[in-house]
Amino acid sequence: MNVPTSDLCRELEARGVSRREFLGFCSAMAVMIGLPKSAAAAIADALENKPKPTLVWLEFQDCAGNTESFLRSSKPTAAEVVLDLLSIDYHETIMAAAGHRAEEALDSVVKNKQGQYIAVVEGSIPTGANGAYCTIGGKSALQIANEVCSNAAAVIAVGTCATFGGLPAASPNPTGALGVADAVPGIKTQINLSACPVNAENLTATVVYFLTYGRWPATDALNRPLFAYGKSIHDNCERRAHYDSGQYVEQWGDEAHRQGHCLYKMGCKGPVSFQNCPNVGWNDNTSWPIACGHGCIGCAEPDFWDKMTPFYAHLPGFPGFGKASNIDKVGFWGTVGVAAAFGTHTLIHLGKKLVGSGGEDKPADPTKGSEGGDA
Amino acid sequence: MTHIVVDPVTRIEGHLRIEAEVDGGQVSNAWSSSTMFRGIEIILQGRDPRDAWAFTQRICGVCTTVHAIASIRAVENAIGAKPPPNARILRNLIIASQCIQDHVIHFYHLHALDWVDIVSALKADPAGTSTLAQSISNWPKSSTTYFKGIQDRIKGLVDRGQLGPFGNAYWGHPAYKLPPEANLMAVAHYLEALDWQREFIKMHAILGGKNPHLQSFLVGGMATPVDPNAQAALNVHSIAAFKDMIAGAKQFVSQVYIPDLLAVASFYKDWAGYGAGVGNYMVYGEYPLNDESNSPLFIPSGIIRNRDISKVEAFDASKITEHIKHSWYDYAEGDDKALHPSAGETKPNYTGPEPPYERLNTSEKYSWLKSPRYDGVPMEVGPLSRMLVSYVQGHEQVTGLVNAVLKKLEVGPAALFSTLGRVAARGIETQILVDKIGDWVDELAANMGSGELRIHDNSKWEPSSWPKESTGAGFHEAPRGALGHWVHIKDAKINRYQCVVPSTWNAGPRDAGDTPGPYEAALVGTPVADPEQPIEILRTVHSFDPCMACGVHVVDTGGREVTRVKAR
Repeated sequence: MNVPTSDLCRELEARGVSRREFLGFCSAMAVMIGLPKSAAAAIADALENKPKPTLVWLEFQDCAGNTESFLRSSKPTAAEVVLDLLSIDYHETIMAAAGHRAEEALDSVVKNKQGQYIAVVEGSIPTGANGAYCTIGGKSALQIANEVCSNAAAVIAVGTCATFGGLPAASPNPTGALGVADAVPGIKTQINLSACPVNAENLTATVVYFLTYGRWPATDALNRPLFAYGKSIHDNCERRAHYDSGQYVEQWGDEAHRQGHCLYKMGCKGPVSFQNCPNVGWNDNTSWPIACGHGCIGCAEPDFWDKMTPFYAHLPGFPGFGKASNIDKVGFWGTVGVAAAFGTHTLIHLGKKLVGSGGEDKPADPTKGSEGGDA
Repeated sequence: MTHIVVDPVTRIEGHLRIEAEVDGGQVSNAWSSSTMFRGIEIILQGRDPRDAWAFTQRICGVCTTVHAIASIRAVENAIGAKPPPNARILRNLIIASQCIQDHVIHFYHLHALDWVDIVSALKADPAGTSTLAQSISNWPKSSTTYFKGIQDRIKGLVDRGQLGPFGNAYWGHPAYKLPPEANLMAVAHYLEALDWQREFIKMHAILGGKNPHLQSFLVGGMATPVDPNAQAALNVHSIAAFKDMIAGAKQFVSQVYIPDLLAVASFYKDWAGYGAGVGNYMVYGEYPLNDESNSPLFIPSGIIRNRDISKVEAFDASKITEHIKHSWYDYAEGDDKALHPSAGETKPNYTGPEPPYERLNTSEKYSWLKSPRYDGVPMEVGPLSRMLVSYVQGHEQVTGLVNAVLKKLEVGPAALFSTLGRVAARGIETQILVDKIGDWVDELAANMGSGELRIHDNSKWEPSSWPKESTGAGFHEAPRGALGHWVHIKDAKINRYQCVVPSTWNAGPRDAGDTPGPYEAALVGTPVADPEQPIEILRTVHSFDPCMACGVHVVDTGGREVTRVKAR
């Protein structure tokens, strides 16, 4: 340990990042996690002077999509450096060690850094067939999760499979797949970063928040950070004005589609989906699904594979929506279920309204157009 | 009723375990086992076929897009939807950019550390690395100062005792042959490739809203509008962005990836003698060049048997079958039967040891993968198969590049049938694609200019326009090889869904006749200098780009378990 731990500047320089750019990044992070810009100095101080915390990354019933998303972390160079400040001692997709040497690396963290490391979990955990639906090194996913997560300082579940069960848990859940909290009861500190996959920006910001304050960000009832999941897609959607004006895409590739009108009739689930895609975008804010022309599929919500499908059936009777509404075409009760799951005032209100109205069409009323989505 | 053949996620990205016997310093027998199952095909039953692509795309997040493409093609084939020209072009752009990015990630981040010793790079003279780099490429990042900075960075990790993901590996193993200066160059490019892939794949964000797991696919077309005069559509800004990203990719591939590949390969030419495998190669073909159902394909389909490169046989999808004698499934008519995917069955029945376990019983069932066979024999799929089939058919660009690489390495065509051949073929394919992909951008721009703005076949969108019952198949060349989806639609719902993925072909267990699959065959004869550190096994397994966690179980012929290895 003869190199000072605050050699970030040298690392940054090796990557072609100036100190000015780094401080700019810290400011952006402060805004992202909902802090005043003045907090940038505290973030910079934390990143430069605190020793690297240890992180292990477990993969179970996964597709590695969250790992790939992590590799796309943007704010290009600086964000990667920030992640580099963690010591990632176990991550099957990227680690050089193999076999028993890899297992040793994991065992060593669990044993020697008990209660001090962060465990990231990707993928659901199957409980069927005595755990035989997912084994690593002969151990079942459940056995590994119990050992590693129970001894961690905190668990970050990334992606909707690890948070809520996700795709493997979709009906009829052939393998008895569960999210981490259900599979390993009693985890004291768990942050859920749902979405399919997690947006790397939200993972980075969560980690920076922790490094800066030594505590985790405020969360919603599903343990998701409010800075990323506190508002609906619909509330922040760049197409919201078209929704309010009753301008909808009617067919893929029509004039309205080319002009960026609202995708509500094409099945967009933005009104019942909570994530910051419209604000931070994907892939270094290059785009996001609605900007690209396809509706939101609600990928950050529990049970979205069952409750948001069929993906192309539109949500029922939102204010501002015209005569084409057909309650039979949508997963109506599923939608209300999603709303209730969040317990947000507006959605419950909406659910009641729909139940009360029997799902009848609402006449378009642009003056009240924003009512449906305000949370 | 059809169930999943195997959890397809495991084939491409899940958890793989290999058990091998080592005898006289080399592998004498090997077993490949997939140890993860999700049941996505079961989950698909009864759902809207237009949603299927979103489900199947999640089979793999590393080669994201590929199962979405195969799925929309299968459903379109079933219901008779005809995507317009722009949809074909957009799909070609997505497929080619996925393949380019995926191959680079594989070379640097999934495979390189089998050949490159990071710790040895600490001993390098950065000036020597600079000289070496400048002797093989015009890539500008090649100064002594630059390489010194990289070296210091690695040294920082070592000095802190926090090697993170580079800890506890086989550094210093005698099978590492690169001089320290070359190791340092490769480490620098490992880090550069990490930056480059992130920038290049922004193409997918423009074409699909996000990566991984793009969200612009539609049965019948694509959801990205095309209009040179609109702000919310692919327009001239997008064309300019594509051209910029492609120029960057061309430079990175031709000035970094290919020179590195040739430099590394020149130290490991003995690996042209290992890992040959089954010697049968299969390609479905990819990149339709027009909108007819019999369109010529930029990468053609075909079959090569027994390493005979004097001829290519036409591919016939009816000759595909799957076996389950050694897989954790039951067939109604008996486990020794072979079934076509369109009539396949999947009844999971785990009969392996209860976890935690040490050994699988490989004489019985030992994998969640089935064993696909073509005309009764195992087939290797992937870049090597594609380049071989194109080479034998005289594909202009492929033939030129393959010959140039063989000449540079001073080896004959037989060297292609090997671990090293797979690595080289992947690089050759990447170069072919970065040279080609710009043509599709030009074609898209030309359509925009001529007012051809269609992106979707609306006539088949509503289920009321579909036949009451239909079946379809969708074929695709994923980065890792030939991929097929089979769908049976009844009353507008999925009745049966089946995927046969590249890693099923390559990583599947023995078949009903106990014939080993491609991984198992390729491992036989692979040298293992130290059974405690079987880096050579990783080299051959990784050359297929398995993209999954593998459990490699090395056993000496006396039956004593000596070590266990996990590979990625």
